[in-house]
Amino acid sequence: MSNIPSDLRYTKSHEWVRAAQDGAVEIGITEHAQSALGDLVFVEVPEVGRAVKAGEASAVVESVKAASDVYSPVSGKVIASNAQLATQPELLNQDPYGAGWMFRVQTNAPIDAAALMSAADYANYLAEEAK
Amino acid sequence: MGLKTALYDTHVLQGAKIVDFGGWEMPLHYGSQIEEHHAVRRDAGMFDVSHMGVVDLTGDRVREFLRNLLANDVGRLKIPGKALYSCMLLPSGGVIDDLIVYFMSDTWFRVVVNAGTRDKDLAWIRRHAAPFGVTATLRGDLAMIAIQGPNAREKTLPLLAPALRAAAGELAPFFGGRFDTWFIARTGYTGEDGFEVMLPAADAAKTWTALRAQGIQSAGLGARDTLRLEAGMNLYGNDMDENHHPLESGLAWTVAFEPGDRDFIGRGALEILRHTAGDELVGLLLEERGVLRSHQKVVPAGEVTSGTFSPTLNRSIALARVPRTASAGVQVEIRGKLHPASIVKTPFVRHGKVLISV
Repeated sequence: MSNIPSDLRYTKSHEWVRAAQDGAVEIGITEHAQSALGDLVFVEVPEVGRAVKAGEASAVVESVKAASDVYSPVSGKVIASNAQLATQPELLNQDPYGAGWMFRVQTNAPIDAAALMSAADYANYLAEEAK
Repeated sequence: MGLKTALYDTHVLQGAKIVDFGGWEMPLHYGSQIEEHHAVRRDAGMFDVSHMGVVDLTGDRVREFLRNLLANDVGRLKIPGKALYSCMLLPSGGVIDDLIVYFMSDTWFRVVVNAGTRDKDLAWIRRHAAPFGVTATLRGDLAMIAIQGPNAREKTLPLLAPALRAAAGELAPFFGGRFDTWFIARTGYTGEDGFEVMLPAADAAKTWTALRAQGIQSAGLGARDTLRLEAGMNLYGNDMDENHHPLESGLAWTVAFEPGDRDFIGRGALEILRHTAGDELVGLLLEERGVLRSHQKVVPAGEVTSGTFSPTLNRSIALARVPRTASAGVQVEIRGKLHPASIVKTPFVRHGKVLISV
């Protein structure tokens, strides 16, 4: 069973969202996503200052085999991105919820809670997807 | 459900990620494709390649038939066991498939063709074999395991039956030998030394398990692709196909124009094409971070045919078809942006050594 921390929210495209007090959120890809992609060899994170929209392709992760877009689950401005991933893309495989975080967004609109799943809902979603 | 090799259950038990490949359910990797890649470059790894088509061609005129069927010349095969790499062409010069042909005896040659092209290959071969009285038999009863890497031979030999072991230990590169129902050849698709073993499917699982016990790393199709690309070897369907001829696919060396009186299918077209400027297949090294992929556009002209991340170089490499007039520095369009890349001589890596300057 995939590791799904209970304090995060999840998207159907396998991003996770960690909310901070001040309306900023941290975004990455899930354990399930990194496992399905395999060894990651290239990561492109958004530049700080870029405005992103919820559902917009905002980062790219490439495994040996293929490139995949990472979609921002929220709208807002990118306030930080994980520069370490440029030289150590394997952090996404090794620690997807920690050192493998991808970028932080200062939200400018209320988060659409309906678009994000709880850990339990995401676990069910994965189980459904595997059927 | 797709086709399964005799080793399918073994792969699943080992936790392989299974993917469809040319209609076959094959292992992509067993955990880490990059580790599997390094194991082959540095030590020994093994691949289930039973999905490839082993076809035995028999008949008194089999050599004459193959000299007509293939762009390379089996007339060069004088010693039983010797292997030859060749393309099988359409009259247009387009490549139906690339294959390896082994000279077994004067009345028996064995060819190994790609999985995805097997059915059309067989149809084509049988159509042209009939006038020569040659019979083509698909050996679905055989499995094939490729054991590759600097220590591959040393680790494999102790497992072979004594008579086969003696013969296998003596094999020169690109030679094969058979004993009873087994055939073992010093060939491969990784740029490393090693064996390709064809054996009865019933023996496959226990042999695989014994090879694992020798410390040979199971490796999937993912590593097979990065290894072959580092070795500058073409993949059918990517780097050549029915719409591209060998001379624009880096395979001119496999076309035997001499002797000039040997007529082979596709010769007429190639005789004209060899005197035109046209395109060529080159190696590319990406000068920045990122990953080259097939179908990316090369600027000023051309297209990536196979691209990947090279675990040995820790850089992205590719094969690309470009005009013969292309200069050494080009650009490749990745997600709408141009990135500089250099045209380099292939192979990128061979026998564990990096052969280009990075």
